[in-house]
Amino acid sequence: MKKYITDFTIVGKHVFNEMYFSLTLQHPETLPEIAAGQFVEVEIPGNKQVMLRRPISIHDVDTDNNTLTLLVQVVGKGTRTLSAMQVGERLNLVYPLGHGFSLEGRNVLLVGGGAGIAPLLHLSKCFAANGIRPTILLGGRTAALIPVQKAFEPYGTIGFATEDGSLGEKGLVTQHSLFTNTYDHIYTCGPTPMMKAVARYAMQHNIDCEVSLENMMACGIGACLCCVVDSDEGHKCVCKEGPVFNAKRLTNWINK
Amino acid sequence: MLETKIHNLTLKNPVMTASGTFGYGEEFADFIDLNRLGGIIVKGTTGERRQGNPYPRMAETPSGMLNAVGLQNVGVETFCNEVYHRIKDLDTNIIVNVSGSSIEEYCKTAAMIDALDNIPAVELNISCPNVKKGGMGFGTNPDMAAQVVSEVRKIYHKTLIVKLTPNVTSVVDIAKAVEAAGADSVSLINTLLGMAIDVEKQRPYLSTITGGLSGPAVKPVAVRMVWQVAHAVSIPVIGLGGIASAADALEFLMAGAKAVQVGTANFIDPTVTMKIIDGLEDYCKRHKINDINDIIGII
Repeated sequence: MKKYITDFTIVGKHVFNEMYFSLTLQHPETLPEIAAGQFVEVEIPGNKQVMLRRPISIHDVDTDNNTLTLLVQVVGKGTRTLSAMQVGERLNLVYPLGHGFSLEGRNVLLVGGGAGIAPLLHLSKCFAANGIRPTILLGGRTAALIPVQKAFEPYGTIGFATEDGSLGEKGLVTQHSLFTNTYDHIYTCGPTPMMKAVARYAMQHNIDCEVSLENMMACGIGACLCCVVDSDEGHKCVCKEGPVFNAKRLTNWINK
Repeated sequence: MLETKIHNLTLKNPVMTASGTFGYGEEFADFIDLNRLGGIIVKGTTGERRQGNPYPRMAETPSGMLNAVGLQNVGVETFCNEVYHRIKDLDTNIIVNVSGSSIEEYCKTAAMIDALDNIPAVELNISCPNVKKGGMGFGTNPDMAAQVVSEVRKIYHKTLIVKLTPNVTSVVDIAKAVEAAGADSVSLINTLLGMAIDVEKQRPYLSTITGGLSGPAVKPVAVRMVWQVAHAVSIPVIGLGGIASAADALEFLMAGAKAVQVGTANFIDPTVTMKIIDGLEDYCKRHKINDINDIIGII
């Protein structure tokens, strides 16, 4: 899939709470095809402390309006600088990067936690376009840490799990009543311990599982070799061979 | 206007890409016309396949970054049998960075690269700070540097560039030693040994604790060292370290570099090399310079 470097214009901004915001970015022409699970490398303007681009997964794609939406968690200097950006300003993106989700399976479960729910919206829409209604399980410590909820409703059966019980069932996503062995494919993105627990469960029950990793990156295109995961075939660049991996390739990582 | 020479190599322009920052060139083919480059120095290649160091092996620092990749690469055999055939017809100088942990390993790799028709030069990496054995160990001592260069010189017959480390008291002594041992050119600087600590987690950012600093932060150190070496040796000097613009490249050229390499800036803007080439052309036109060589070493 060809990669591009393009200036986008911010046409929408939504602040969910002090931790999460989203930016909707418009492309000057027709957007290229973007697979669910792919990401962008965003140039961070105006902060001399931030030199490198920041990798951010693609939350939503609107081909009618040539926009894509990034759901961002404020975690450091780069994302904090991005959070101050306003509608009308421009952002330079290198995109679409990496390998996305396979869209395999007919009875599928999507499991997201925290900022990891970001790519699952585009994934849900891609399944919907194929006539498949996934089960979508979203988790967080508390309701505020699941910033996007309603947007998923048209595309599947939704369940929530919060550790404090403020939304949906109390507990972890892996303890939720929808988290069962009845699916033929599980897709997950979120905190590493959550993804490992989901992948271990899937493998124990012979369910195909894909995980989306979030390692620190520099280039995003497989040149610097900084973002590697210790896969069963050795170090692999998360930016180029991932960010989505079939769990079968990561048994070392899952069991570590 | 921008043509320059490094020993037997003719470069369309002085802009090359630095090893370890540009993959095998292919990673950038969607963004730029690789054939416009003066040269591509491909990823450091060793006698056997290497996994490199554990993650995390990168940390952003003020105007720079630390890396501790540790020479992850496919090994020289896979390079010769697979990678070479994918890139050999590019219309630019493809140069292989040769790394190792022993003189035997350097020689084995260089000999295999010598047999490849479309690789006109190697860059001998005696300066990697991120491997336990060899690497920078060879580049910090003039006698050891001379020894590895003279052994490789016996079996390698094309242009031999030697990449120097800045982590020494006198880079000039090392440069003179490798020149006397038969190097055709020197490139400098490799990364500066550095370290950064995450004070919240109370541990280093890198799995290896220390790593190599690159990016704009190192540029003044690099310009100084290039200037010192260019005045001390008669072989051509290739300058690198923090170059992100045509003005940066011009500093190195004026300090005495016959060509430059662009490294970390490729991560931030994959098209930066084209902007630098365009900027050099524009500079020459503005200053009515017919030949870029007229400004090389004017300081």
